[in-house]
Amino acid sequence: MEHRDDIGAKLGMWVFIFTEILLFGGLFLVYAIMRSAYSTEFHQAAHHLNAFIGSINTVVLLLSSATVAMSITAVQKGNNKLAVILLFITLLCAAVFMVNKYFEWGHKIHIGLYPGSDLMLTLSHGQVMFFSLYFFMTGLHMFHLVVGGIILTIVMLKVQRGTINAGHYVLLENGGLYWHLVDLIWIFLFPLLYLIT
Amino acid sequence: MTEAKTHHPEPSYLVDTGKYKGLMAWLTSTDHKRIGLMYMYAMMIFFSVGGLLGILMRIELFYPGQQIYGPQVYNGLFTIHGIIMIFTVVIPGLAAVFGNFSMPIMIGAKDVAFPRLNLFSFYLYVLGAAIALSSQFMGNGPPDTGWTFYAPYSIQTHTNVVAAVFGAFVLGFSSILTGLNFIVTMHRMRAPGMTFFKMPLFPWSLYATAWIQVLATPIVGITLLMVIAERWLRIGFFDPSLGGDPVLYQHLFWIYSHPAVYIMILPAMGVITEIIPTFAQKRIFGYKAIAISSLAIALVGYFVWAHHMYTSGMSTTARWVFSLLTFLVAVPSAIKVFNWVATMYKGSISMRPPFLFALGFIFLFMIGGMTGLSLGALATNVHVHDTAYVVAHFHYIVFGGVGFAFFAAIYYWYPKMYGRMYNFKMANWSFVFLFTGFNLLYFPQFIIGIMGMPRRYFDYLPQFTLGQQLSFFGAILLAIGFIIMLITLFSKKGAKAPDNPWGGRTFEWRIPSPPPLENFEVMPEMGENEEPYDYK
Amino acid sequence: METETVHITPYRAHAWVLITLLALTFLTITVTWIDLSALTVLVAMLIASVKAYIVLTYFMHLKFESSLFRVFVIMVLAIYVLVILFTLSDYLFR
Repeated sequence: MEHRDDIGAKLGMWVFIFTEILLFGGLFLVYAIMRSAYSTEFHQAAHHLNAFIGSINTVVLLLSSATVAMSITAVQKGNNKLAVILLFITLLCAAVFMVNKYFEWGHKIHIGLYPGSDLMLTLSHGQVMFFSLYFFMTGLHMFHLVVGGIILTIVMLKVQRGTINAGHYVLLENGGLYWHLVDLIWIFLFPLLYLIT
Repeated sequence: MTEAKTHHPEPSYLVDTGKYKGLMAWLTSTDHKRIGLMYMYAMMIFFSVGGLLGILMRIELFYPGQQIYGPQVYNGLFTIHGIIMIFTVVIPGLAAVFGNFSMPIMIGAKDVAFPRLNLFSFYLYVLGAAIALSSQFMGNGPPDTGWTFYAPYSIQTHTNVVAAVFGAFVLGFSSILTGLNFIVTMHRMRAPGMTFFKMPLFPWSLYATAWIQVLATPIVGITLLMVIAERWLRIGFFDPSLGGDPVLYQHLFWIYSHPAVYIMILPAMGVITEIIPTFAQKRIFGYKAIAISSLAIALVGYFVWAHHMYTSGMSTTARWVFSLLTFLVAVPSAIKVFNWVATMYKGSISMRPPFLFALGFIFLFMIGGMTGLSLGALATNVHVHDTAYVVAHFHYIVFGGVGFAFFAAIYYWYPKMYGRMYNFKMANWSFVFLFTGFNLLYFPQFIIGIMGMPRRYFDYLPQFTLGQQLSFFGAILLAIGFIIMLITLFSKKGAKAPDNPWGGRTFEWRIPSPPPLENFEVMPEMGENEEPYDYK
Repeated sequence: METETVHITPYRAHAWVLITLLALTFLTITVTWIDLSALTVLVAMLIASVKAYIVLTYFMHLKFESSLFRVFVIMVLAIYVLVILFTLSDYLFR
């Protein structure tokens, strides 16, 4: 009875991605305004971020995006086994990203640098804004990464079971689209937060 | 129409055919018609609550000085009145009720593109409303910020702002998913032969609306999350003591909340565009102009938000830029009004209740629109900013406009929804009371607003007494009109409705009343030379 | 209703896209070592936009979808850019 419309499903996913882009768009707008008000303080504050970890995470995310994209090719060619391996690599990358973030955030919280902390109140206004934006933006990004990870886990299990196969794989495509969105946002977050020293 | 004609082998959507019976059958139904009705019932409840709160405010304002409760209660009342009316009634409003009920039928589809997502949206709506209402009973008392949650007060006040804000966030999510669903439905599920420019104009207006829902709501979503983070974590984006900027909050808030006005009014315009050709039995004048003006309103309406902020300390450049853009948005709105009037010209008009309400809409919308222009002009705005004039203006738009279109839509599609007619005489009386009451309630507010009565004030100077008292009596008439309407519609079963009681031409009038579960027994098509409004 | 023509992207294409993206990442990190003062942000955003374009086109498959998807993406980005510009009409002229 239920008719199948893969293009419709993908269109729906794209429209959802637009809402996500604008959700982060609101934050980027705040960033733009604050940055134009406090550009020197942003430069100083950015020195406290570890550009090395940021770069590693960028590479990890790009790799994970590529493996998701490849997993679609694998499913299309009927090679579900390879697709599961590729998706597993993606999830592994996500885990690496999260571990890195854990250390990054952990270190800052350890030295007392987090929104509302006493140390924060001693900093200049521009630095407060920078760190607030840093925590809010990367925090929201991490939340999306976790959601994307959950979606891809479900997708991976379906690929393994064969409910996603060469004849019917729109769920994998949509899961992939969501994952690429996470990557896309990081592409902008990374230079704006880590590379403005 | 005879009994034999309306008797169909397929049971109507009102009959439970699934696993469950009764209430559970409704709550688990993914049928777009049932979901539309559930939205309608919920909205009528919320509207009644919001209206009662409004009357409570009017009672307090009957005389200057304190009457029955203090200023803090008053602050709480106008805040929750706004939250209920804006976020749970008029924003989902016509799109959620009639977009769900009528739009899929009008484009010749069995249902929306994602029926389960549609039901999920409804539950998010209920959840969001529940969270928003819970703010009244938990924490440190009802929020007192106004429905706009302006920073920095919304960050400093000790009242329960977080619950209200989070409720609005969830309601926004529901709105986004509905918009997403409608966009995909209209792109993928139109009847064969129905190109975009053969689609009826109510779906057209919903299409424009859906894009605003999808593209504007996320901005307020993130803004509301920022307010919560401000309160819990002190991130300080809007807190001047930490280097933040309260005006930035106003920008972000209105980037959504101005387009939200078009989320409300566009479907209302769409409904009126359906009703007028039906009751004038005449082809709509300027089909393409109306269709494109919906998109134009959606697009230009996205860039006029800062006309709410002329007195916020914004730059002079921004003020004239936004004033100019505000005037631009009046053009497509006026195009619609002219087209409606031109459609009626030389039509064979039948004064049925839906048409009466549509006329009421045009009248009230014009007053609302014209006063909107005087508010969009920089110079006058500075004088009447935050006065009762503004209150009167936006009630003329959201109540006189959206509300009356909503009533018109109920009277228009009611026979299709329930397969029953209603008493026209009673319906006309409800119009008389609603229309008189409405004008008596809000027109004096224009006058005392110009005289200097500020909005959101608990107390006032003696010279405003007459105006406030007239408004009180208007509110009572309005309430009576609403009750008459509810009695007309829901007190007793009317005569059986024919398939096409008004002589309409769109698809919904070609199927039984009430429609079967999957709407069409034979999927409809649109021929090469067919048009949506081919009267004569 | 049009039906979809399946386009299978070869693995090698994905690999090349990945290599390009990594190269651009390397580039954007190295340019920060050079002091371009005011141009720094511009260059960083430019490189990020190129990367985003590549991700959208190849990973997100926009190149092989119907043109409707591309029109929508452009429309959304255009609206977002306009929102930023109109907001800046306040902040840059205070």
